[in-house]
Amino acid sequence: MIISVAMDADIEAARPWVEEANPDFVTLIDQQHLLSSLYNMVNVPQAVWINEDGIIVRPTETGGSLDILREFDFETFSFKPEAAARAQISKSLYQKAVKDWAEKGADSQFVYTADDARARTPAMTADIAEAHAWFSLGQRLKQQGDGAGADHAFKRSRELHPDSWNIFRETSEKLDNGIAGGQEYWEKINAMGDKAYYEPIDMPDMPS
Amino acid sequence: MVTVHTELAQSDSGNSVKAGELWMDAAAFSTLTGWTLKPEGFCKADICVPLPGAADSQGGTVNASAFWQHMGNPVVSSEDQQIWFLGEGAGTRNDAMLSLEAPDFTLPDFSGKLHSLTDYRRQKILLITWASW
Repeated sequence: MIISVAMDADIEAARPWVEEANPDFVTLIDQQHLLSSLYNMVNVPQAVWINEDGIIVRPTETGGSLDILREFDFETFSFKPEAAARAQISKSLYQKAVKDWAEKGADSQFVYTADDARARTPAMTADIAEAHAWFSLGQRLKQQGDGAGADHAFKRSRELHPDSWNIFRETSEKLDNGIAGGQEYWEKINAMGDKAYYEPIDMPDMPS
Repeated sequence: MVTVHTELAQSDSGNSVKAGELWMDAAAFSTLTGWTLKPEGFCKADICVPLPGAADSQGGTVNASAFWQHMGNPVVSSEDQQIWFLGEGAGTRNDAMLSLEAPDFTLPDFSGKLHSLTDYRRQKILLITWASW
């Protein structure tokens, strides 16, 4: 089964997407970004595969998306067609892998051994843990109407966990369409150098 | 009023700030965190952690921020120190993830109904995140 979780402080921002998609799977709302802290998530979509016994067989990873952000064409305001095609292949291969696991369970080639799953578990640091605490404090200050206090807490959170797009985008100014895709977003993308926006997915034949 | 939050709960009374540190009513701290003050230290299940000086002589109040940091967990507060957040440390998180037992959580769906991960045992779960932003 699928459990999809919206990482949205504002439930009303997420609701239209759910109403439009009308999914037949469980769709939850995580206003405090609890999953970012519990599962060390840094972006969306990220996925975890959990077997019938509640055991993680693929730890936190990119949920099918390909890192093509730096192939965005600002002239046409869309992704370059060749990049979009690669992203489609990535998504499709990921969906096939999920179906393979759904059918074959532990025999699926995409299920990790316990040692491999541990080796691929992203390590949390003291700074990341503190960043999540500042983020949570900021959310509560914001709820209480203390905008300046929230901004201070979010700033600390961003500084301590610069790799978290969940923290950065949730606490960014949104464009009119609700997307945190303004100037500061593209400045951060452009300053990434060789760093991945979406970490590559460890599956055979995945495009890069 | 000094308010203390954790990920799952909050405590609104019996909290005070002394010399920049958070002191809480010992019973309220126990309710909030599960760590109960006993003669041998702060205890949870069968673990006790001694921390001299982290409780007053009568044992009525505890230095919550000192104990929380001693356990390797982050403690943050608003600039006026009226709102505190006791976070979960990296060690706790890493131990949980490396056990490979999927950390449980309870979150609402869009109609407000609560769902826990453990409600769906005996099924394979693809847990996947998204966002409007």
